[in-house]
Parts: sequence; C-alpha cells; structure tokens
Amino acid sequence: MVADGLFDGALGVLLLTLATAVLHARQLYTSVVLLIAFGLLLALTWARLGAPDLALAEAAIGAGLTGALLLSALARCGEAPPGPSRAPPLRVLPATLLALLVGIVLLRALWPLAEGPVLLPALALGQLPAAGVDHPVTAVLLNYRAWDTLLELVVLMLALLGVRQLHSAKQVIPPPWPLLLAWTRMLAPLALLVGGYVLWRGAFAPGGAFQAGALLAAGAVILRLNHLLPPVRWDNGLVRLLVVLGLGVFLAVGVVGLVGPGLGFGPVGTAWLAYPPALAGPLILTIEAAATLSIATTLTLLVVGEPEELRA
Amino acid sequence: MTLFYLCIGGGLFVLGLHSLLLRPHWLRAIMAINIMGSGVFMVMVALARRGDTTDPVLHALVVTGLVIAVSATAFALRLASGLLERTKKPEGGA
Repeated sequence: MVADGLFDGALGVLLLTLATAVLHARQLYTSVVLLIAFGLLLALTWARLGAPDLALAEAAIGAGLTGALLLSALARCGEAPPGPSRAPPLRVLPATLLALLVGIVLLRALWPLAEGPVLLPALALGQLPAAGVDHPVTAVLLNYRAWDTLLELVVLMLALLGVRQLHSAKQVIPPPWPLLLAWTRMLAPLALLVGGYVLWRGAFAPGGAFQAGALLAAGAVILRLNHLLPPVRWDNGLVRLLVVLGLGVFLAVGVVGLVGPGLGFGPVGTAWLAYPPALAGPLILTIEAAATLSIATTLTLLVVGEPEELRA
Repeated sequence: MTLFYLCIGGGLFVLGLHSLLLRPHWLRAIMAINIMGSGVFMVMVALARRGDTTDPVLHALVVTGLVIAVSATAFALRLASGLLERTKKPEGGA
C-alpha cells in the first residue's frame, strides 16, 4: 500500500515537474525533448491507471509522432531568437492570478465527480455478448459509438487536407548515420509485425485500429527519415486509396446497413452502423483493418509528407 | 487515488493555461495546448476507474482524443510555420 502511494506520488510530481520544465525551459529544443519524456511518463501513468489501450496509443502517438512533428517543425524554423528570458511581471501577475482562479474552479468542479454515480460500465459490459468483440474498448469504438470513430477518420482526413493546402519550407533530411540505419533495419519489420498483432488482438484484449495504425506510421516515419522508403507521394494512386480506404469501408458498411434490408441484401445490417450480432465480429475486423491502413498512411503523410509530395 | 490523479490532471491543465497566457513562442504555445489536453485526458482516465470495473467508454473517448490531438498538432505546426515563412519574405506572395 505504501509502495503504491509512493509510486503514484512520484509519478504525479514528476509529471508536474516535467510539464513545468517543458513550458519554461530556456531553449525550445530542450522543451521538445522533455515533452517526449513527458509523453512516455504519461504512457506509464495510463498503464498504472488500468488503461493499457491508452498506454499503447500514447507511447506511439503522444511520445513518438508528436515528438517527431515538433522536432521537424523546430528544424524548419530554427531556434527562437534569444529574447528576454523572463516575461515582464506585468504579464506574469495577471496570468498567475487567472490560472489560480481557473484551478480553484476546476477543483471545485472535479471534487464531487470522484464520488459520482457510475452507470456506463455496467451498460457497456452488459451488451458485450452482442457486440461481436470481447474487448470492451474496441466494442465501444467500433460498435456502440461507431459514429465517433467514423467522424474521427473524417477529422484525420481534414487535417491532412489542411496540411496539403499550406505551402511550407522543404524539410531537409540529413543523411542517416550507420548505427541509426542498422537499428532502423531491425526495428521497421518489428513495427510491422507488432502493428498487425496489435490490430488482431484488439478483438479480445487491449489493442486495436488506432494503436496499430500509430505503430505502423511510426515504423514508416523511421524508414522515411533514414531514406529507406521512397517519398510518400500524393499523386500515387495507391496512397490516395489508402487514405480514403478506412472512411470508405466504414461508410459502405453504414450505407449497406441502412438500405440493405430494403433492397433484399439480407441481414448485413439493421440500421445505420448497426451490425447484426452474427456478422458483427467480421464486419468490425474488416473496418478496423481498413481504418488501420488509413490511419497509418494519414499519420505518415502528416509527419513526413513533404510539400511538393503532398501538393503534386 | 482517483482524487489524486484528478488533481494532477487539473494541475497540468492549469500549468498549460498559465504558460499560454504569457504569450510564449508559438512552438511552446502548441506544446502548452498539448499539455492541457493531457490534463483533460488524465481527468477522464482517472474518472474511468471510479467503479468496480474500469469504464471502457471513457477509455475509447481518450483513444479517439489522442489521434485527434496529434492531427490537430500537425495542422497547427504547418499553419504556424507557413505563417512564419510568409511574414519572413512577403515578396513571395501567396
């Protein structure tokens, strides 16, 4: 019990300290590196809080891809010009006051929640036999709240389209050093293997499309940064297909479910995104596989897609 | 323990907000928004373990949120660096 308390305490203090360091370090480069460490610690926290799905996603997305994004943005723009290291007190004082007030309001709002009624888990677990998968988080993502996931894929695509519209400086990727090259050759197939495994596992244990997609994207980003992968070009038909595949399959399942019974397609679905229990498992796995490929391609393009490649 | 992590989540949010109010460099502002988001996620994950079983709905929402956060970050970074470039050499035009 004491050890648990110590662990939680250390984790909490470390998180707050790292966040402060990220926000107030003098050099931007230090901040970015510390933010990556913060993301890894956050993944540990999710594991501690009983959320292995989140720990997987955070380690790949929060620490890996966000870090790569920030580092490449920093490389494009350069370190900030050395200005006054401290903000003027005239700005610090009101900001601190306001932050404190917001903190007090938040604390008062969060306090009663800790003891609030808990209704959702029972509902979610009660319907699990009809959901088609055994892992409750996957069931929520792909079955109960499929709308959320569908719209999330739309948001991902919108972000990619937005990035495509913006012209930005070409990112010069330096030639890789030998050790990095050797590591990449070992890590990339492993990322592919683990990605596929995590996707398959999502049906009955922590894992799923998002984690798998993020892992695949991380593998592709490493390969691309070491010049082992040809540029991911937007004018390549396959790339475009992969980007829209997840959304397309998801929409197709929804539409067939909506109009299928009327047209005599049999029991493919009963309503918009409502799967019949017998087919729910295979349908969810199909959607997940397509979504994984889309997420991986989109994230890769977001991180390492170069301007002329994206615009082509 | 739920209450402890709720407080840490709130603390992260407040730290990020405070830094954002100081009008930092744009890269740091994006990092501050990321940290605020992490605070919100932590509140949700802490709330997910209130009952006897962990709440899969909140976990699923956070998984969705993580992916949205990284795509928003990518867009924000491109937007900011594009803006920077355009202000640096105005003769470049649109």
